Amino acid sequence: MKYILTMNETDADFEARKDPAQADEYWGAWSAYARAVREAGIQVAGAGLQPPEAATTLRIREGQTIVHDGPYADTKEQLAGFFVIEVPDLDAALAWAAKAPSARSASVEVRPLLQTPGQ
Amino acid sequence: MHPAYLEASKLARESYSRLLAFLAVRCKDLALVEDALSDAFVSALKTWPERGIPDKPEHWLLAVARNRLRDQHRRTSVSESALLLLQQTAQSLGDTGPTVFPDERLKLLFVCAHPAIEVGLRAPLMLQVVLGLDANRISRAFLVSPYAMSKRLSRCKAKIAAANIPFAVPEASDLPARLEPVLEAIYAAFGLAWGDIELQQEGLADEAIWLMRMLLSLLPGQAEAHGLLALMLHSEARRAARRDERGIFVPLSEQDTAKWSLSAQAEAEGHLRAAATLSGGIGPFQIEAAIQSAHASRARNGCIPWRDIAGLYDALVRMRPSLGSLVARAAAHGQANGPGHGLQVLEETRSYKARFHYQPYWACRAHLSTQLGELKEAEAAFGRAIELTADGSLRQYLEGQRGRLEKL
Repeated sequence: MKYILTMNETDADFEARKDPAQADEYWGAWSAYARAVREAGIQVAGAGLQPPEAATTLRIREGQTIVHDGPYADTKEQLAGFFVIEVPDLDAALAWAAKAPSARSASVEVRPLLQTPGQ
Repeated sequence: MHPAYLEASKLARESYSRLLAFLAVRCKDLALVEDALSDAFVSALKTWPERGIPDKPEHWLLAVARNRLRDQHRRTSVSESALLLLQQTAQSLGDTGPTVFPDERLKLLFVCAHPAIEVGLRAPLMLQVVLGLDANRISRAFLVSPYAMSKRLSRCKAKIAAANIPFAVPEASDLPARLEPVLEAIYAAFGLAWGDIELQQEGLADEAIWLMRMLLSLLPGQAEAHGLLALMLHSEARRAARRDERGIFVPLSEQDTAKWSLSAQAEAEGHLRAAATLSGGIGPFQIEAAIQSAHASRARNGCIPWRDIAGLYDALVRMRPSLGSLVARAAAHGQANGPGHGLQVLEETRSYKARFHYQPYWACRAHLSTQLGELKEAEAAFGRAIELTADGSLRQYLEGQRGRLEKL
C-alpha cells in the first residue's frame, strides 16, 4: 500500500540548511535517510522542497484569480519535503516516518494514497 | 433478567466477537464485517436464550449471516463483497472444521488501541467490536448521544480500513508499549462503571473484567495485565460495602469489611503475586493494585498501613505522575505523617490547572484542613467539593462532614 510521508520542518530547520555550522549535519541526515529509503526498495517518489519563502499560492474565488507570495498556511511547521513509499501497512509506514530527521524537530504526516480502481 | 438468559446472551456476544475478529483479520474492514453479521447477531441474541446455544455457534452465525445477505433483494457492491467473504470463509472452515473457533480477538484488541486511533475512542471501540455491546449502552456510558458515538466510531473504523492499520499482535519488543493503551482503554471502561451506580447495574464493570480475563487468557505472561485485573478485582470486592443500608456513601476506611468479597480479594492477590514473577516489570497498574491490597489488609489486621500506602503512592507518582495519583498520595501522607504534611504534599499539584475542577483535590483539602483545625479553609474546600460532586450519596456525605465543622 502506498503512503505519502510529508516532512514538516521548523524555521530553525530551514535556517540550518544554510548555516555553515549546521549545514553538513542537516544535509548528512537527510541524505542518509533518503539512501535508506531507496535501498529498502520501498520508494515510489521523493523530493526535498525549497523553503516556504519560495512558495506561491493560487486561489480562484468568484472568477477572480488570487495569487499570493508564500505557502498556503502561515503555520509554525512548514512542508520541507516528501517521500511516497510502498509498504505493507501503517505500522511499517510509521516506522519509516520515525526515522526521518524532521520527526524529532517538527513532524511527519503519514497519509495513505487514494487507491485507483485496479490497484 | 434470568441468569441463564444473561449467560446465553453473553455467549452470543462472545461467538459474535470471535467471528467478527476472524473475518476482520481477513478483510480488514470492520464496518463491512459488522454490517454482514448484524442481523445474525440480533437473531442469536433473541433465539439462543430460548432455544439453547448451538453446537458450533460461530458456524451458526456465519450460516445465518450468509442466508440473510443472499436473501436481500437489493444488493449493493458492499454486500456483494460481504457475501463473498462469508462464503469463502464458510468454505475454508468446512462442515468438519474445528468446533472451537480460532480466536483472533487479541489482534482486534490491539487494533482498537492502536496509537493511530484517537485516545478517547479506544475504549468505546473495544466495547463495540470486542464485546459486542450495543451503541446505545456505550454512548450512555460515555455521556454522548448515540448518534454522536455512532458517527465517531464509524470514522474510527473508516480510518482503520483507509490507513490499513494492521490486524496483528505486536512484536515482543513492542509489546509492553503497545499493551499499555489496551490496558488503559479497558481500565477507562471499568472506571466509568465504578463511579456510576446506574452503569454498575448495567454490568459495565463486569464487562470490563470479562474483557480483562479474555486478554489474560489470550496473552498470558504480562505483568501489568495481571496488575490491572488485580486492581479491578480489589475494587469489585468492595462493591457491596460502598453504600450503607440507607444508600449513604461510606468512605473506604470506614467500610464494613464483612461486606467485602473474600473470593474476589483472593483472586486479586493471586494475580498480584503472579505479576511479580512475570515479564514487563513493575508498572503503574501493579502499584495501584498493591495499594488496594494494602487497604484490603484492614480486614485481617484491623488497621490501614498508611506508611506503606504513602510509599507506594510515592513510587506511583515517580513512575506516572497525574493529578489523581498526586491527590491520593497527599491523602495517604496526611494519614501517615499528619495533616500539615499532607497539605504540603497536596501543594505539589499546583502546576495542574485542572485541580480547580477536580473533586478529589477539594475533598482531600477539606479533610486535611479540618484535621488541622483550619475551619474556614475546610468550609470553603467542602463547598467547592460539594459543587463538583455529581453523585447524590457522596454529596450528602460531604454535606454532613461540612455540617460537623460548626461543632468543632
